Amino acid sequence: MNEQIGLRGRAWFKALTGSDTPNGGDPNSVLATTATIENQQSLFLCVVPDKSSRFPCVRDGQVGLEEAFTLATHVRTAIAEDRDKPREAKRPIIAIVDVKSQAYGRREETAGIFFAAAVAADAYASARMAGHPVISLIAGQAFSGGFLTHGYQANRILAFDDAGIVIHAMHKDAAARITRRPVAELEKLGHEIAPMSYDVRDYAKLGLLFKLLHADDPQHPTSNEVAEVRNSIQQAIADSRKGKLDLSNRWESDAAITMRKGTLAVRAALEAQWFNE
Amino acid sequence: MEKIEFNYPEAKRLITKRAHVGVVGSGDMEVLLEPNREEGAQVFITTSVNGFGDAWKAVFDRFFSKFDGAVRIDINDAGATPGSVLLRLEQAVEVIEQ
Amino acid sequence: MNAPTLIPDFVNRKSFIELDARARAQSLFDESTSKELVGPFDRIESPWLAKQGIAPQSDDGCIVIKGKIGGLSAVAIAFEGAFQGGSVGEVSGAKMTAALDLATEDSEAGKPTAAILLLETGGVRLQEANLGLAAVAEIISSALALRPHAPVITIVAGTVGCFGGMSLVAGLSSYTIMTREARLGLNGPEVIEQESGIDEFDASDRALIWAIHGGEQRVGMGLADVLVEDDAGKIAAAVRDCVHKGVPEKHRSEQVELYRARIAALDTSSQIDLATLRRQWADPQGGVR
Repeated sequence: MNEQIGLRGRAWFKALTGSDTPNGGDPNSVLATTATIENQQSLFLCVVPDKSSRFPCVRDGQVGLEEAFTLATHVRTAIAEDRDKPREAKRPIIAIVDVKSQAYGRREETAGIFFAAAVAADAYASARMAGHPVISLIAGQAFSGGFLTHGYQANRILAFDDAGIVIHAMHKDAAARITRRPVAELEKLGHEIAPMSYDVRDYAKLGLLFKLLHADDPQHPTSNEVAEVRNSIQQAIADSRKGKLDLSNRWESDAAITMRKGTLAVRAALEAQWFNE
Repeated sequence: MEKIEFNYPEAKRLITKRAHVGVVGSGDMEVLLEPNREEGAQVFITTSVNGFGDAWKAVFDRFFSKFDGAVRIDINDAGATPGSVLLRLEQAVEVIEQ
Repeated sequence: MNAPTLIPDFVNRKSFIELDARARAQSLFDESTSKELVGPFDRIESPWLAKQGIAPQSDDGCIVIKGKIGGLSAVAIAFEGAFQGGSVGEVSGAKMTAALDLATEDSEAGKPTAAILLLETGGVRLQEANLGLAAVAEIISSALALRPHAPVITIVAGTVGCFGGMSLVAGLSSYTIMTREARLGLNGPEVIEQESGIDEFDASDRALIWAIHGGEQRVGMGLADVLVEDDAGKIAAAVRDCVHKGVPEKHRSEQVELYRARIAALDTSSQIDLATLRRQWADPQGGVR
């Protein structure tokens, strides 16, 4: 399955922007370009595997130091260029997500990958708070620190609905090892406990997604499927332009009312006590 | 995980304070001790370690042989030994009797 | 009697690390100004742990205390490292997010309220996996929303360290305070050894671990700001300093170009030399300004 990582991301980047070549000065692992969605100039970003990266631990599509700083650079440039524009004219930023994880490497830890990831998350969140619609399209995998770095600060998240989509805090094997459960038991548990599930349809129950999308073969989208996805991205952009700039839509969603009772209870209690002095 | 409950109807002394001690860390537990709304004392235990109901009973029988407060005690336990259970209970009593 | 002068400092020192999260948070506030919010008796526990046979904790391992620090409004939010490794669950994460949001609300209403995050955490709680990860994303967003109005100050003090998603929160803080005993990184050594092999990282090499992740190195290379002894008084004083300094002119995590250039300049043909990195990065260009 590992060989698949990044192929879907690249396929959708190409399908939506018409290109898949990195910019001069960027590492080969980051695709960034401006393309239109419904006449709006939008910044598209994607992290892809680079077999010849000078950082060995990102060669399979992990998000490392260069990826994080490169994403942040592009996002910050868009924020600066649109600084004086009104909210409705700020360009959309579309993060196409297909990331295996963050990089698990000594070079990365030494040079502070925690900080690099924070820089990228800061850039995406700053764009959102400045009024840019930030949309994540999960085309493949979205794992833990990789997703926090690239995509999880979006106003709206879109994901395909097939078995190739995995959104999770940890890979199945590692989670089984650490929780001392066999993989089969972990999968069974996922069906009973939605936040543990590796199935995107269970993830959708948590109220974090704007919409589930479908493509018969997401690695080779048809032109109809591409048009559908464009349409959904456009809806997500329109919805974020009229929504709040924070992430409250995630815990105020209909699904969250059922699935995030703990979140809502603790928020209500804290608010009541905070102002009660 | 197991849930265990005990009642000590003879513990009738009025208690006005409440106490929280301990952490649900490995081999430890937390105690929430407060005035009971019902008659007597009640104990509600949630423990990650199953099959020690008798040991819990022995600890609380011993505790309530000396303590007579009408309290509600809630315990979340991550495998505390009987010795550390008693220690935590004594710490909680110390707080409310101050 | 000269005897008292012979008693070394550490005898009178009150260890911060030996305190639990609640006592750590309390120790930062001006006397009798602090109040805990949504404490154990509110009993908002994890809805997910009991379903998996694990005893919950009545505060879900996250303690929120509001009060004054050096006369200024502040809220401390502390993760208890002894409960589930200080992991971020749905409730503990939402508590931190909500406290940050309320601090922002007060700040925007003209009452700047600093947030002090006591991070003793391995990251996302695996039993609540996707809600833990979502909570981290929300904490990041809410910390960034507060940061222009009042400082967000992270303390990493104990030996659990600060790893996983919460390390990003340290990374975007206005100021980060660390002890020598503390570690800060995205991935712990065991995870790296597991994922990339023992040649990449030998998780039994404690000297190497602290040389990379330890407080001295992180402060030395400018990715954290204050190195303090494990002393409750000194840590409280360092926090007061940061609260008084207020919002820095430029946050470290906004300095994309500088750090991107530094990464570009790294020689990656072999492992990076720690002392050289410290020398190259510890110039006044970087850090918090």
